[in-house]
Amino acid sequence: MTKDVDPRPVTPRTIDLRLVSLRKEFPGHDGGPPVVAVDDVELEIGKGAMVTLLGPSGCGKTTLLRMIAGFEEPTSGEVWFGDRRVDRLAPNARDTAMVFQSYAIFPHLNVYENVAFGLRMQRVDKSTLERRVSEVLDLVGLTQMAGRAPSQLSGGQQQRVALARCIVLEPHVLLFDEPLSNLDAKLREQMRVEIRELQQRLGITSVYVTHDQVEAMALSDVVVVMNRGAIEQVAHPRDIYARPANRFVADFIGKANFLVGAVVDDRHVDVAGQVLTLGSPTSEPVGTELTLVARPESIALTRDGDGVPGTVTRATFLGDHAEYLVAVPDVGDLQVDSSNPAETGMWQVGEAVKVRTGPLHALPVSTS
Amino acid sequence: MRRALREIRFLARDPLLLGLVVVIMAALLVFVVYPLVLVLLQSFRTPDGLGLDNYALMAERRLYRNALRNSLLVGTVVGVCSVAIGYAAAFVLTRTDAPLKRFFHNLTILPIVSPPFSGAISILFLFGFNGIITRQVLGLDDFSIYGFGGVVASQVFTFTPIAYLALRGVLAGINPTLEDAAMNVGASRAQVFWRVVFPLSLPGVASAFLVVLIESMADFGNPLVLAGASFPMLAPQAFLEITGSFNLARGAMLAAVLLVPSLTAFAIQRYYINKRQYVTVTGKPTASTSKAVSPTATWVLFGVVTLFGLVVVAFYGVIVLGAVTAVWGFDYTFTLRHFRYVFEVGWDTVKDTIIVAVVTTPISGLLGMVIAFIVVRRSFPGKGAMEFMSILNFAVPGTVAGIGYILAFNNPPFILTGTLAILVLNFVFRYVPVGIQSGIAVLRQIDPSIEEAAQNLGADGITTFRKVTLPLITPAFFSGLVFGFVRAMTAISAAIFLVSADWNLMTVQILNQVGSGRLGVAAAFSVVLLLIVMAAMAVITLLVGRTSETASTVRFG
Repeated sequence: MTKDVDPRPVTPRTIDLRLVSLRKEFPGHDGGPPVVAVDDVELEIGKGAMVTLLGPSGCGKTTLLRMIAGFEEPTSGEVWFGDRRVDRLAPNARDTAMVFQSYAIFPHLNVYENVAFGLRMQRVDKSTLERRVSEVLDLVGLTQMAGRAPSQLSGGQQQRVALARCIVLEPHVLLFDEPLSNLDAKLREQMRVEIRELQQRLGITSVYVTHDQVEAMALSDVVVVMNRGAIEQVAHPRDIYARPANRFVADFIGKANFLVGAVVDDRHVDVAGQVLTLGSPTSEPVGTELTLVARPESIALTRDGDGVPGTVTRATFLGDHAEYLVAVPDVGDLQVDSSNPAETGMWQVGEAVKVRTGPLHALPVSTS
Repeated sequence: MRRALREIRFLARDPLLLGLVVVIMAALLVFVVYPLVLVLLQSFRTPDGLGLDNYALMAERRLYRNALRNSLLVGTVVGVCSVAIGYAAAFVLTRTDAPLKRFFHNLTILPIVSPPFSGAISILFLFGFNGIITRQVLGLDDFSIYGFGGVVASQVFTFTPIAYLALRGVLAGINPTLEDAAMNVGASRAQVFWRVVFPLSLPGVASAFLVVLIESMADFGNPLVLAGASFPMLAPQAFLEITGSFNLARGAMLAAVLLVPSLTAFAIQRYYINKRQYVTVTGKPTASTSKAVSPTATWVLFGVVTLFGLVVVAFYGVIVLGAVTAVWGFDYTFTLRHFRYVFEVGWDTVKDTIIVAVVTTPISGLLGMVIAFIVVRRSFPGKGAMEFMSILNFAVPGTVAGIGYILAFNNPPFILTGTLAILVLNFVFRYVPVGIQSGIAVLRQIDPSIEEAAQNLGADGITTFRKVTLPLITPAFFSGLVFGFVRAMTAISAAIFLVSADWNLMTVQILNQVGSGRLGVAAAFSVVLLLIVMAAMAVITLLVGRTSETASTVRFG
């Protein structure tokens, strides 16, 4: 893969959800200084986009989501839905619908009544209500379950009820708070696909909170990586992976080897005496020290030929791929992944190899 | 300050809820705090202004000193006895495989639903001047049950169920695997109990003791019937100062003195011991028939439970017998004339009592749930104060509250004396704490996102409470309703200050009949009262039980 990774063609979208220097402080413990959960976040989301807020626990992503929903009041800043400012409105006046981590299905109501709840609050007339509820139940495949109590449903079915309860309202903004974290791996993948398809079909602007990078990649038009209350990078999933804005993003998304090199010309860097190719040209002056990111799967090991000599120090067979740790003098230990080891065979610990990297991504100087 | 404003603004996004908070806050201030403040003020009132004269009397007059000493003494003894019996019963009925556990459980808690002094009437039937045992069986002429022994006996009967219920929760919450673990590392059965189970239950024991102490100090009916003139006690003495000598200031002073140990015990129980509980009462008993109890110990403890059960049966038995006996002690022929009296002369009182209870029950039940909801799920300045004020009445003896209501609502701006309203308001705010407590306990176990989901889907605060919260906390709502009704039917200590010719209560009638020596009529009133309470409990179970059927079949979270 030497070709540049092109960003998806950007279709111009009208801005649908806008956060203006949104800030949330929680009172500190025992009179200590306040804890900043969300630190002056600016974000614009286009109409119909699926945006994930991705970050480690405690990064402020859930607080941000809850401020959009209205469960937390911002310390300062504004929340706009289209041209409507909503940050002073109660949750019930905002026209959002949220899928909760615990689903939060009403245990005293059956599936039908759970889905109908929001429409009843809007005092929708009876025939419209019946039509919309049955349409949505059909959409999520729960028509047969309409009369069931929530306790009689499986985890995946409960998840669908929670989803149906939201989309039946055709809300301005759809919110997801780690909705898949209570499901087992297989079901999680399946629901991920279903949610994505539904969201695209309905075209509702959505904000999705998760700490699972795979989920974020699979679902979103735009990934927002957060850390310590602030946004680290906003980009398409492919850009987040291939062109991380800083060391945190590179490290949090996937696995990364960090190399240090000096600029040779706009396309090349010198790493421990080896001249390596950059994925995209740099405008830094010759000799500038750069932090470079090499993904494990972009590094190739060969017995001989071009490349830096190294020694395999760890070899792990994982079925679909193998993971190696390769010691390279003057550079350090590199993580290397190779696919299909069952057929191509494994390198043994202690074996001498030649290491070749694909095009490297240079982190912007100010953030590295 | 900025935070307080921010919280108010946040709450004000839902104006209806903000209004509700303000109204509840105001009501608590007027109907809980204001009367108490007036009692304290009144207790310092002297002919020439304010002073410590009344309190000086406390030190000078032997009558008052004795009253304080006797109340504390009785409270302590009753606390120890009730906790001992309650512990034995709770232990047998939760941790052994003794027979008929359900039956003995119901028998043990039966005294809770009767007037707090029906034990006193039974004692008079059995051990009074014309008592079956003292006069008929033993032939004693000069035996007097009045005084220390009588009060202690009737209070132990009345308050053991409270200790039992508290300790049952504590013992059921101790995980039986701890006992298995202790035996596994070589502890004997006795060691398992004294080194593991008992220490774990000790905070619960202390808590139960203090609750009984508070109840005993506050008790009015039993001492009034059984203490007698030579054994003064604080609560009846305060009543006598006001109704007998019309000395409000002295009555208020005695009430204030009574308030001190009650509030102290309450503070210790709530803010010290409860924070040290090793087990959280979840209401979900871990089924265990422990091997850690020897058969001998089981049977000895079972004997205690059986004995208490027999006392309960005997006490209720003599009340029923007394109600249909012509003249107890002299003429044991069967008669219905006591009941005829109740239905002819006393019918208005029965009607009044039912009206008061029926009006009180839904208000206090609902208010309890609303306050629990607000306290657990919302934050606003003064929330701690609201929770404190709303459960303060746990600790305020009825006598104090009754005097407070006379002082507060006899004059402008609030003239309520002699009305239905004053009785209802008093009962609502006195008996709402139990509903609040159970509401809070249940709510804390319910995932808050269920209510957030309702709001998110367009329900405002009140609708969320009505459509989601209330159905989910039906069990707590139910126990609040039952408690409210039972207490409204059986209350005496505050009510006796507030009844009037227009609105009289059965409990007051019963006391009056006992006072004038007509035990038969008192017994007949008691039987009618008990039947009404049981019928009402059946109705509430039927009504609330049906709506909560769906709620109880689903698990939360």
